[in-house]
Amino acid sequence: MINRRMNALRDSLYTLLLATMLLFSRPLLASDLLMVRTTQGFPEAMLALQNSIREHGYNITRVQRIDVGLTGMGYKTDKYRVVFVGKPKEIQYLVNKYPVLAAYMPPKISIFAENGETVLVTANPLVYAEMIDDDKDKILFRRWESDVYSVFDDIREAEDK
Amino acid sequence: MRKLLFFCCLLFSMAVSAAPHGDRLYASHCSACHGVDGTGGVGVPLALPSFLNNVPDEYLKKTIRHGRPGRIMPSFDTLSDAQLAAIVKYIRSWSDRPAPKENTARIEGDKEHGKALFAERCVQCHGQDGRGGKGTGVTFSRKRDLPIIAPALNNAGFLQAATDSMIHSTISNGREGTPMVSMLKAGLSKKDINDIVAYIRSFEESAAKLQQSLEASGEEPPTIVADSPYSLEETIENLKQAITDQNFTLIRTDYLEHGLVEPGKENRKQVILHFCNFGFLFEALAIDPRVGMFLPCRVTVIEKDGKVQLSTINPKRLSKLFNNHELDEACEEMYEVYSTLLEDATL
Ligand code: HEC
Ligand code: HEC
Repeated sequence: MINRRMNALRDSLYTLLLATMLLFSRPLLASDLLMVRTTQGFPEAMLALQNSIREHGYNITRVQRIDVGLTGMGYKTDKYRVVFVGKPKEIQYLVNKYPVLAAYMPPKISIFAENGETVLVTANPLVYAEMIDDDKDKILFRRWESDVYSVFDDIREAEDK
Repeated sequence: MRKLLFFCCLLFSMAVSAAPHGDRLYASHCSACHGVDGTGGVGVPLALPSFLNNVPDEYLKKTIRHGRPGRIMPSFDTLSDAQLAAIVKYIRSWSDRPAPKENTARIEGDKEHGKALFAERCVQCHGQDGRGGKGTGVTFSRKRDLPIIAPALNNAGFLQAATDSMIHSTISNGREGTPMVSMLKAGLSKKDINDIVAYIRSFEESAAKLQQSLEASGEEPPTIVADSPYSLEETIENLKQAITDQNFTLIRTDYLEHGLVEPGKENRKQVILHFCNFGFLFEALAIDPRVGMFLPCRVTVIEKDGKVQLSTINPKRLSKLFNNHELDEACEEMYEVYSTLLEDATL
């Protein structure tokens, strides 16, 4: 009996500990924009990005070639693409439940060349979480956020290969 | 139970004793803007000896803490003191000279004379009232007036971080390797420079006001929406017309589910119109290359339960994400454009 109570106590303590660790390991909204720079050239960085997105289980729904559009109109610019990303079930669920998110979905990552290096930027998914009320659904954006960090880590690691 | 306590203590001590790694912190928090080895990008260069040998560690720390409100650089108020120190130590490793000591003595001067000198010698780069050059950082791939854009001086973050003495020595010595030349060599006296320092200090009030207005600006709704009295098809036709009327180029019409489901299986009641004005896009990217994330422009049209609704992102809500005051005007303009489009299409 006592043993069982101890076990229950231990379990809840573990949960509490884990929750605390999760809470404090990252500031709530560290930054509204998430950015990363890699010393890889644009084509290599783009490849690393696409591979990592797919490995994380997301579709690339479109790649918008901003630079091609601009150059076509006579403006001088280096490589600049916008990559649209999402998981079908999640996007469909969110757009149906929250009309306010329709204008923002699917989320995008921009990737551009800077002097032989490459910079990637995306809105912190928690920005979207702030647009809705249901706490259960907000967790989804936490997961997206951690996936963005993980994709960015992959891109940085790809430098060494 | 004891094991658990031990485990907790172990974890806690690990968290406390782990010395932060300056190189890693720099790579994850700063390099995206300032370059992997401090050569600059969206941010100014940090690795130049003419910069590092002239500024005390306190300047670097305060700059990181306060950021530059309205000038892209975020404030890192969640980093610990130990993390801050580690980043500064790492930045210092780019110079072989020790950091100068901070000198907090105030410099007195004639700010009216300073103002006249500023208009004559500084405005062309640092802008009216010291608001900073157009765009920021280093020119690599964008069209700019200068290889490095002059920072804003009427900025609350800059004024909190910089001492009078640091401002004085920056103006006196300039920054070799940047467009900022030595004003002593360019013919100004030490007294002239005192006067300019006094003038720059006088920006404090307006800088604080700007910071407050940036922080206080009311919560904007995430989207602009309009209900359409027309059918989905009619609404889309109206919208196409409105887009052309506003001098935008329609790029394409897509289903929202494009690329998410098999071609042909998309929900046909969720449509996106993408359009662009390339001149506007080009200007916006020159101010802040990060805005491409919300481009090209788009209107989403959805029919649900027989009702047709149009929506766009609210550029005024987004302008806050960028911490870039220069974008505010462009976002204001885009807000008007989007509102007019929705209105025209549903009239
Ligand atoms: C030709 C353009 C140009 C002119 C003219 C110029 N500056 Fe600068 N200034 C710059 C640039 C570029 C930088 C940033 C240098 C760097 O990257 O470190 C700078 C940096 C500074 C800084 C340091 C700001 C910071 O955030 O570290 C101060 C202070 C300053 N200038 C004051 C002045 C004053 C006062 C004058 C006029 C007497 C002046 N400058 C004239 C281009 C200019
Ligand atoms: C999102 C981009 C961005 C990030 C991230 C960023 N900065 Fe900046 N930083 C800037 C910009 C832009 C300026 C110049 C502001 C201006 O033009 O008025 C600047 C200015 C500075 C300055 C003043 C330089 C001078 O010449 O006086 C320092 C120091 C600095 N940043 C350090 C850092 C450090 C350290 C980090 C990481 C902890 C960091 N920054 C992260 C964009 C950024």
